[in-house]
Amino acid sequence: MSLDTQIRASADAVPAPPRRKVSRRHRKDTIAALVFLSPQLVGLIVFMVGPLGFALYLAFSHWDGFGAATFAGLSNFTELFENPRIQRSAINTVWFTVLQVPGVMITAFLFALFMQKAGKMTNVYRLGFVAPVVTSSVAVATIWLYLFNPEISPINSALRSIGIPAPNWLQDPAFIIPSFAVVAIWQGLGYQLVMFMAGLQSIGASYLEAAELDGCSAWQKLWHVTVPLISPTILFLSITSIIGSFQVFDYIYVFMDSSAPDEARTIVYEIVQMAFREFNFGAASALAFLLFLVLLGVTGLQMAAQKRWVHYAE
Amino acid sequence: MSTLTRNIARSQEPRTRRRPVRPGKIILHLALATCAALMALPFLWMMFSSFKPLDEIFRQPPTFLPEAWTTGGYETAFAGADFVRGFWNSTYIAVTVTVVSLLTSTMAAYAFARIDFRGSKPLFMVFLATMMVPAQLTIIPLYIIMGWLGWIDTPLSLIMPASLFSAFGVFLMRQYIKGIPLELEEAAELDGASRFRVFTTMILPLLRTPLTALGIFTFLGQWNNFFGPLIFLNSDANFTLPLLVNQFKGQYGADWTSLMSATTLVAAPLLIIFAVAQRQIVDGIALSGSKS
Repeated sequence: MSLDTQIRASADAVPAPPRRKVSRRHRKDTIAALVFLSPQLVGLIVFMVGPLGFALYLAFSHWDGFGAATFAGLSNFTELFENPRIQRSAINTVWFTVLQVPGVMITAFLFALFMQKAGKMTNVYRLGFVAPVVTSSVAVATIWLYLFNPEISPINSALRSIGIPAPNWLQDPAFIIPSFAVVAIWQGLGYQLVMFMAGLQSIGASYLEAAELDGCSAWQKLWHVTVPLISPTILFLSITSIIGSFQVFDYIYVFMDSSAPDEARTIVYEIVQMAFREFNFGAASALAFLLFLVLLGVTGLQMAAQKRWVHYAE
Repeated sequence: MSTLTRNIARSQEPRTRRRPVRPGKIILHLALATCAALMALPFLWMMFSSFKPLDEIFRQPPTFLPEAWTTGGYETAFAGADFVRGFWNSTYIAVTVTVVSLLTSTMAAYAFARIDFRGSKPLFMVFLATMMVPAQLTIIPLYIIMGWLGWIDTPLSLIMPASLFSAFGVFLMRQYIKGIPLELEEAAELDGASRFRVFTTMILPLLRTPLTALGIFTFLGQWNNFFGPLIFLNSDANFTLPLLVNQFKGQYGADWTSLMSATTLVAAPLLIIFAVAQRQIVDGIALSGSKS
């Protein structure tokens, strides 16, 4: 910006050929920009915009990957809406999100509050919380396959020893989605903890001291000072974690392979099965589009609602 | 900056008065230590189980430390799948993508942050908008495109898209480049330095912190990626570690000793790196969110 104004200023100072100088400079700039942008531009077109257009085309086509695609109109979409298994998968996905997102956000926030007061030991405790974040979801799911197996699970053994009936996590239809949520919370907690701790650290101590001088209780300080001041972090995490939880797939695939029962299937699992097992590219693309629209809608709602509760410090 | 240092100074004041340790602090530390240990427990369970004979795994109540240590699980794991090859495949893909995508996204970010060209703003908005697109939407067309290019079942199918397109990387680096004061570059340009020189000798060295953060983020994402390799790779020789473990699980699912050995082999490298470089990794995670 300021470079541009400087050029314009110098062009004004020398009245002779100002236009040409600017335009030559501009052309040089455009070429330089193209050179710097070219690798990512190629990627944008070949691996993003192109595939997006292609996916839109597929959503309105019948195609199994061989031969010619035929125009399908809206039939891929009506097929999805009439399929009870898809409805069940959509409900499962929402149920997972309802359990996982608040679960991980509230625990991460609380732990971040406590960790703040832990001084030097923070680094030690944080090791335990963040280790699952850097671990591959496949390794995580394999570990939990063990921990959820009623024959060998130490969790079940511990529950039984204190007299609580141990659930059959991955076999009992009522427990499958909550089990996924447990794994997702365990793996996602560390990331949000780090984010919340960074957010809390940026709050000036003066605000809390002022609140204390005004005689605020700890609860009032938390609710009226801390929460509003880290509301941008809360918004960012709620947007990204809802998007992430709507796309849950890895755990289910490792737990159940390609034969997950209806009670365990989620939308992305359906997309993968439809596309790469049944080679129904049309319906799979249509479902992926619906997922995209829902994510856009949910994010849009959050952005619209932020004015009412998100507080940005100047 | 100055308020930050003032706050630090203020928070350190009471400590000089040497207050006695309050019981609340002890409870806090006990609770946090317990929770952190509980979080780490599944990893310890995985590791110790990988050294237990199978009959000890099925024992009730379960043992924590193995009573009879065995390395049989690791022998089965190495015999049942080529984890060395998988380690190489994962490393090769993750390192290549990290290096190339850091370069390409910083270059694009420089253009957006520093060069005034027509269409800059709308094009940047397009980059931002693609961050909303779920990977599942483009994976089907990408699978078909990779088939046309002949890249199915090759590392290229994973390396090329991630190396050449990273909206998040472009966005993050643009924020940081915008934060660098212009004066130095203007002086260099008046001295006749080319944009390329300015970029390599002035901009890149100043971006060490965000580049490290983005690099860690990219490497973790690639090393742990399951979805992409699952769709694009078919033959064992090309499998990355997550795919190998998943396949091993299908074949040795009931042999928990061997399965936990295989899982330990996959989880250990990153856990070790994390234990050594905790500060950098945690800072990287925090930084990558702070500008968003």
